[in-house]
Amino acid sequence: MTEERVGVYVCHCGHNIAGTVDVEAVAQWAQTLPYVAVARDYRFMCSSLGQELIEKDIKELGLTRVVVAACSPHMHEPTFRGVSARAGLNPYLMEMANIREHASWVHRDDMAAATDKAKALVAGAVRRALELKPLEPFKAAIKETTLVVGGGIAGITAALEIANSGYPVIMVEREPSIGGHMAQLDKTFPTLDCSACILTPKMFDVGTHPNITLLTYSEVEQVDGYIGNFTVRVRKKARKINTDVCTGCGDCWSRCPAKVVDEGFEAGLGYRTAVYRPFPQAVPKYPVIDVENCIYFQKGTCRACEKFCPTGAISFDQEDEILVLSVGNIVLATGYKTFDPRQIPQYGYGRLANVFTSMEFERMVNAAGPTGGKVVLRDGVTTPKSVGIIHCVGSRDHRFNRYCSATCCMAALKFAHLVKERTEAEVYQFYIDMRASFKDYEEFYVRILEEGAHMVRGRVAEVTDAARQPGEEGKLIIQVEDTLIGRQRRIPVDMVILMVAMEPQEDAVEIAHRFGIGCSNAGFFIERHPKLDPVATMTDGIFIAGACQGPKDIPESVGQGAATAARVLSLIGQKEVEIEPIRAQIDESRCSGCRVCNTMCPYSAIDYIEDLGVSRVNPALCKGCGTCVAACPSQVISGQHFTYEAIMAQIEGLLYDVHAGNGHVTVVEPQPVEVA
Amino acid sequence: MTPPNGQYAYYPGCSLKASAGAYERSAMAVIERLGLHFVEVDDWNCCGATEYFSLNKLPAYSLVARNLAIAAAQPTHELVAPCSACYLNLRKTDDHMRLEPKLKEQVNRALAAGGLHYEPGTLHVRHLLDVIIDDVGYEAIAARVTRPLAGLRVAPYYGCLIVRPFGDNDPEYPTHMDQLLEVLGATVVDFPMKSHCCGGHMTQISEETAFELLRQILDNAAAYQTDVIVTVCPMCQLNLDAYQGNVNRRFGTAFNLPILYFTQMMGLAFGLQPEALGIGSEIVPAQAALNKIGQVPAEAPRHTPKRRDKDALPMPSRQRR
Repeated sequence: MTEERVGVYVCHCGHNIAGTVDVEAVAQWAQTLPYVAVARDYRFMCSSLGQELIEKDIKELGLTRVVVAACSPHMHEPTFRGVSARAGLNPYLMEMANIREHASWVHRDDMAAATDKAKALVAGAVRRALELKPLEPFKAAIKETTLVVGGGIAGITAALEIANSGYPVIMVEREPSIGGHMAQLDKTFPTLDCSACILTPKMFDVGTHPNITLLTYSEVEQVDGYIGNFTVRVRKKARKINTDVCTGCGDCWSRCPAKVVDEGFEAGLGYRTAVYRPFPQAVPKYPVIDVENCIYFQKGTCRACEKFCPTGAISFDQEDEILVLSVGNIVLATGYKTFDPRQIPQYGYGRLANVFTSMEFERMVNAAGPTGGKVVLRDGVTTPKSVGIIHCVGSRDHRFNRYCSATCCMAALKFAHLVKERTEAEVYQFYIDMRASFKDYEEFYVRILEEGAHMVRGRVAEVTDAARQPGEEGKLIIQVEDTLIGRQRRIPVDMVILMVAMEPQEDAVEIAHRFGIGCSNAGFFIERHPKLDPVATMTDGIFIAGACQGPKDIPESVGQGAATAARVLSLIGQKEVEIEPIRAQIDESRCSGCRVCNTMCPYSAIDYIEDLGVSRVNPALCKGCGTCVAACPSQVISGQHFTYEAIMAQIEGLLYDVHAGNGHVTVVEPQPVEVA
Repeated sequence: MTPPNGQYAYYPGCSLKASAGAYERSAMAVIERLGLHFVEVDDWNCCGATEYFSLNKLPAYSLVARNLAIAAAQPTHELVAPCSACYLNLRKTDDHMRLEPKLKEQVNRALAAGGLHYEPGTLHVRHLLDVIIDDVGYEAIAARVTRPLAGLRVAPYYGCLIVRPFGDNDPEYPTHMDQLLEVLGATVVDFPMKSHCCGGHMTQISEETAFELLRQILDNAAAYQTDVIVTVCPMCQLNLDAYQGNVNRRFGTAFNLPILYFTQMMGLAFGLQPEALGIGSEIVPAQAALNKIGQVPAEAPRHTPKRRDKDALPMPSRQRR
């Protein structure tokens, strides 16, 4: 190893690192480490000048290893690997020491400690760099087909953009129809255009597009593989309808005697039958039989739908189908659910008849909804004379969701307008802060104020029917502290609308796990970078769009849907991807065939070879996670790039005493444990 | 946590020995049925009620801490107080001594005069309702019910002190007593005023304020066709019961709502004799209401649309999705 020459590059990252870590001292100190040929510090190592500096050193000083002490490798490992490659050095001989997130950012108030820690991290990286082996990345062809999971507006946009570029798309949607939450809305803010009118043409396009295969009433059960080459298992649930002959005429549901409260599309405000199509513009047009509520499936008699179906499309014995798809990229656009306001019982939802959720109200004002667009109380006939709209129900509340749901302020203003348009009612908005921050939103707010909506700032304490004063009998009373006048107020109204929070889907964590991506504490999918890479994930080839990533309105969801399409198309255009060669390898001559690793591997990448009695890693499936390396009882599996030698060297480097000088490693003798 | 021997230190407080004798009688009868063993704290003194703390905090804390110090000498560290004010003061003192080292030191200096010392955190201060629900559990309670309270519409009234600021239940809309009463077979009415204040000792200071607070609670219960208001607090019981006549005279109302303790309802459901539970000592007589047990309950409250109304929109279920 005597001929090794290491270059160490310590980045200031402007004030990010240099404000806390004495970068010059770190560089000077690194210069004294064994095998270090050169150590430099520089304001911005990732700038072109910084990169050129490293390139020049590699060429002129004949460096064989490079250590960059800077930010997280998530951010700039590809950058500095590129630098090495351009200078003719194998990119896998470049090692990063994260002295920003791991030192300067976490030891803000202690420069000495942060500097010492940075030195230790650099020493670890230098030792490890000496143990690295050159690796060659794999190349794999990218399959042209893209899987889009979720048929809301984000998924629809992504699918259409990709399909219009001439590449095949498979869309999987768990509901019987695509359209998502946008299909439930009446008008959209701030332009007040009809939601269905702008959405249904797009839904129709998805349904008829030659490049799109639509799988509704289906769910992804399993995902294997890697970027460019995913294998996906999809369960196509039994509709109990033969879609080859069904014409969507509606004779079945008009005859079905089972009436069910529609908790799905109608948000609990209306009824449907057991065989149903969620809404008239549904794509595809075919109904499904809801087995749980179907009289035939529950009691064994009825079959009314079958008797009246003119084409014989009812198929009671239809079974679920399992489809295995082969796709190159995946777009997740699985959307959101709404907060259940029963968790705040003092607001009375579920107890007091005339308390509605925002989604119920959307259905109420929809011309195709249960009341035909009439604003009425729960009795179905009385028009309210006053309506209270409560903001932030389950949002910005440490007991439920700390985050702002982003869409409710504007939706509440829209409701105020719709109530004013259809009734003579007074409208009260109870808000904490008004957030109208995008194009034309503030103007919409001003318009609603001009229409005469009353704005009360303060979080509502309770909604009650316990009257105290004359004028409150028979009303719902909203008790609130008006923080602008500094007084408690009781405002009697006929109807209350709760602007419920946007929450991650019930099974978001499960879905994230299935696709191998991350979830935030709240349960929303995590993007690769919140600012610079908002639609990619940490797993290459899997993208996220819309409200599954966080609360979003329609324009934002559409923007993200299109962004994922652009990302997918740029990958397809490359025809093949480079895949990191960081993989596990089994020394077959020493493998005892115990198969511990086979069961531990989360990617099913290890097969047992019967004939030879040994296990073998399939490098195409292996993700280099290292689980098998740690699990192997004989220590015959090694992780490339993370070998035992490299990790031990790094630990030794970290324990290198930064004060005692070269060569001294601090070894803490384990203390004998006292046995009582 | 149920203590291993089922034994609890018991702090009755002044009310249970005087105005709320019915509470103590019924509580003792019920806990005996449930197999719990309460040992009264020796030589306990008043908790200072709600007033002392607003006058002079240090002596008020010291007064309460004396009870804690004595109770801590018992073999169990579970301390039960049936009175909401006693419960709050005991728990508050323990909590504040734990959080404020200076207070702990001052209080212990005062206690030292009587040869006592209290280390905060030693005792687990609990309200009787929480002990019965958490340690015994709804299932075991249900198993003791021999005479379900079917036909009786009851309004669970928690008051303010057991849910705020301490307590593991929703402070705005607690439901644990609702479930207890359901287990006993009663029809529990939705009672929006369930954790509103009864005015406490306000009747002594400002009748106008106190009677208005009481009127609101009674009015709300009456609006839901309630037969009985069930309380967990001697103060709430006294105010609603003893001043109901005053409220009627002042506002021209005709409330006739008996106010009973939850332990009395449990005792009745367990088949105990009303006299053994102190029933009869209330000022608004409960007998007429209790005669309804076994009958068909009154109609559901207003505002809920009837299912058969053709135009009515479906009502969301009360259960969480």
